[in-house]
Amino acid sequence: MTTYHFLQLYWWAIVSILGAALVFLMFVQGGQTLLWGVAKTEDEKKLLLGVLGHKWELTFTTLVTFGGAAFASFPLFYSTSFGGAYWLWIIILLSFVIQSFSYEFRSKEKNLLGKKTYELFLLLNGIVGTILIGVAVATFISGGNYAMDKMNLTVPSSNIVSYWTNNYRGLELIFKPFNLLLGVVVFLAARTLGLLYVYNQTSRMEGDAASDIASRCQSKLKITGVGFVLFFVAFVVCMFLQTGYRVDVSSALFNGVDGPLNAEPYAYLHNMLSYPWIAAIFLIGVVLVLSGLFRSIIKGKSAFYVTGLGVFLAVAALLLCIGWGDLAYFHSLNDIQSSLTLYNSSSSLYTLKTMAWVSLAVPFVILYIGYVWKKMTAK
Amino acid sequence: MLLTSSLADASRLQFALTAMYHWLFVPLTLGLGILIAIFETKYYRSGDESWKKLTRFWSRIFAINFACGVATGIILEFEFGTNWSNYSWFVGDIFGAPLAIEGIFAFFLESTFFAVMYFGWDKVSKGFHLLSTWLTAIGANLSAYWILTANGWMQNPVGVEFNPLTARNEMVDFWSIVFSPTTLSKFSHSVMSGFLVAAIVVIAISCWYLKKQRNREFSLRSIKYATVFGLIAIFALMATGHTSAVTVARTQPMKLAAMEGLYRGENGTPFVGFAVLNPKKTFDNDEKPYLFNISVPKALSFMVDFDFNTFVPGISDIIEGGYTYKDANGVEKKALSFQEKVDRGNMARRALSLYAQYKDDQDTVKRNEILSQAKVYLDDNFEYFGYGFLKSPEESIPNVPVTFYSFRIMVMLGGYFILFLIVCWWLTKKKILEKKKWFIFFAILSVPLVYICAEAGWVVAEVGRQPWTIQDLLPIGASVSGVSSSNVWTTFIIFAVLFTTLLIAELKIAFNQIKKGPDGIKWN
Ligand code: HEM
Repeated sequence: MTTYHFLQLYWWAIVSILGAALVFLMFVQGGQTLLWGVAKTEDEKKLLLGVLGHKWELTFTTLVTFGGAAFASFPLFYSTSFGGAYWLWIIILLSFVIQSFSYEFRSKEKNLLGKKTYELFLLLNGIVGTILIGVAVATFISGGNYAMDKMNLTVPSSNIVSYWTNNYRGLELIFKPFNLLLGVVVFLAARTLGLLYVYNQTSRMEGDAASDIASRCQSKLKITGVGFVLFFVAFVVCMFLQTGYRVDVSSALFNGVDGPLNAEPYAYLHNMLSYPWIAAIFLIGVVLVLSGLFRSIIKGKSAFYVTGLGVFLAVAALLLCIGWGDLAYFHSLNDIQSSLTLYNSSSSLYTLKTMAWVSLAVPFVILYIGYVWKKMTAK
Repeated sequence: MLLTSSLADASRLQFALTAMYHWLFVPLTLGLGILIAIFETKYYRSGDESWKKLTRFWSRIFAINFACGVATGIILEFEFGTNWSNYSWFVGDIFGAPLAIEGIFAFFLESTFFAVMYFGWDKVSKGFHLLSTWLTAIGANLSAYWILTANGWMQNPVGVEFNPLTARNEMVDFWSIVFSPTTLSKFSHSVMSGFLVAAIVVIAISCWYLKKQRNREFSLRSIKYATVFGLIAIFALMATGHTSAVTVARTQPMKLAAMEGLYRGENGTPFVGFAVLNPKKTFDNDEKPYLFNISVPKALSFMVDFDFNTFVPGISDIIEGGYTYKDANGVEKKALSFQEKVDRGNMARRALSLYAQYKDDQDTVKRNEILSQAKVYLDDNFEYFGYGFLKSPEESIPNVPVTFYSFRIMVMLGGYFILFLIVCWWLTKKKILEKKKWFIFFAILSVPLVYICAEAGWVVAEVGRQPWTIQDLLPIGASVSGVSSSNVWTTFIIFAVLFTTLLIAELKIAFNQIKKGPDGIKWN
């Protein structure tokens, strides 16, 4: 393996880890969906938003960093997916923008739109944001309607490198059952984790509001948690049945840069089986999720961290399995040969190397986040 | 009319809207964060509760403003992909890195410790809280560094090579990008403008309390510190403004010419203090450039080169070429005309087309021969690549009046703020500030002025570099995504409504918090 390809794999792993961290941290979004349903009175809402209030920025920052890392390591993905599936990404963005000021503005007087509106914003972020992020991630497997040719830059009249080939500009992606399925899975994952987190926090607090919230979380968890597991299993089965597109590295002209792509049924299943350690991580993740839900639903214990870790591991394993093994990680439905792979969409060797040095700071970042989390979160 | 205008215009307007709204919120974050950290350091050292009150009140204003900066910032980041996708491929190899580093090094620092700074008073020790406040402020300024690295690089694209196989620019020297003179002057100038904004806002709010005869101790103390802070900032702004102009003269002569409304340079070009531009003037007619002007002889030459006789090219000179100039390495060169640059840009593009055509050719001998020849052509001409996309000389000239007047507004307001701050410092020293009703009026008036000043600065920098997204390498028209302009107009309207609502809500909340004052707020 060349150093270059090693770094491409490395950066796909970093992006996968950030993606998995994002899904885990979307417990904040999940928590926001508990407005009205679980937190009914003003006191309860205040309490709910209080425990989520100093966590939302972590999720937000992870999203921003995920975007930055994707840009730095796979710029062609950034330009193809964002520039092409325009409306999908714009709606995702808007759903996060309306979150960013709502925590701060809701509780203030004279806030122009009124408390209810800001609560509605948070709720919308919790529902739309999670579902559409799921949809966007599902396109890694289901592909998109785009065409890409880097040499278009030499064509004077139409010099766009990659463009979407239909006029729905990504809106159509939302209505594909497979994409929507992952959307629902991510939504349910976020809500499950949100319930677990809020339960974890409120069950340690005193007062009626806290105990009311905790007991409602407990009862909602049964349906949401079981729903999450069922939809998740359905998604994984669908994913493993999908056809993937693999680069034929052996017949590539330039070191695998532009090798032809071949369709391969069950590609993701094959991929998972060819990396036993990824499969192991995936299974550990699933077991942790199941045991977390068992502990909390059946035994009534708090299991946020176990379940969260499980979600993180399972998602990271699935994402790894999408991009590694020479599979196209975002294929073109118009022209398979212009699909995005780690080879043709990554940054240069020099940039990936530089960024690899930068990535050494990540453990340090995680360390101080963990430290602050411990200090700021009720035990 | 708007709806029929081009995709490039729509994309530009949308980006300008987002960036200008973003820059309404960011400067205060940059400066106020540091001021708060200073106040809290005072509290930590003295244990005096009134310092704590100061810290907490200004933190509250900080938090309201911070939320809006976050809201507008995320859109900016993703807009590079959604609206500038060609750009994102052409330079993503360079441009993505600072964005990612900003996330990893700065945003996490800022947001993690902001939570402690804002919610952690009862949860962590005094020392750890102080540390968190400093880290939040440093994180914010650090994030400015990285984004300005990205911006500075677009204006002065150093440290890269074009790779014809991938049809993009690739990074070859990270440190030259991070420490390019453009980045350094941009960072110091922008951050200092943030410090000035914070100083003025703090002084104005405090003066308003004095006018209402309330919170006297609190206000006088705030004013005292903000004034010193502001004075440091304004002198630094003058110095860094100067280095910015020197860098612009070297790397973006057309921008400098537009800033000055200069059409014909001379050996010993005057600096225009104030002027009214002649609207009939174009680069190729003989109209006078100004209807009226007050200029300092030879000053521009001296300002950009420390030599009263340096030739500073005007717009017409740059279009016609033929004068000599020093390049970035100090080597004397003869300037090309617009047409020559276009020809060379086209040559580079044709060479790239050869690459496109033959890079996968099965005949290895032929392929290597053609590609190696194409490479020579490409390397020789690549520095003018972007000119291949332009058709007429007009396209290479930025909007002169906008650049010219924005520059005047910034510099003149800069002069006003020096005066204002010196007077403020003197009145504070003499302990007579409260009695000067007129001063309080000017203090409050200064708030809109300082925001106008800071926005004008960005207008100079960004309008002045048109038509380039990457100086000389990629024009606006070739940077956009393949969306239709009606889509972009729709998102433009959505963003405009959303941000305006956000701004109004922010102001209402902030005014209300100010009215309640440091004593009226319930800390929860
Ligand atoms: C007093 C003398 C000043 C001079 C000579 C000066 C000079 C400049 C120059 C030449 C630029 C363009 C740099 C570029 O395009 O790369 C610029 C940009 C800018 N200026 Fe000033 N400036 C002055 C005062 C101020 C003041 C008082 C403020 C703010 C309150 C300010 C805020 C800005 C901002 C925000 C930018 C855009 C960022 C940048 O390009 O650095 N300037 N200034």
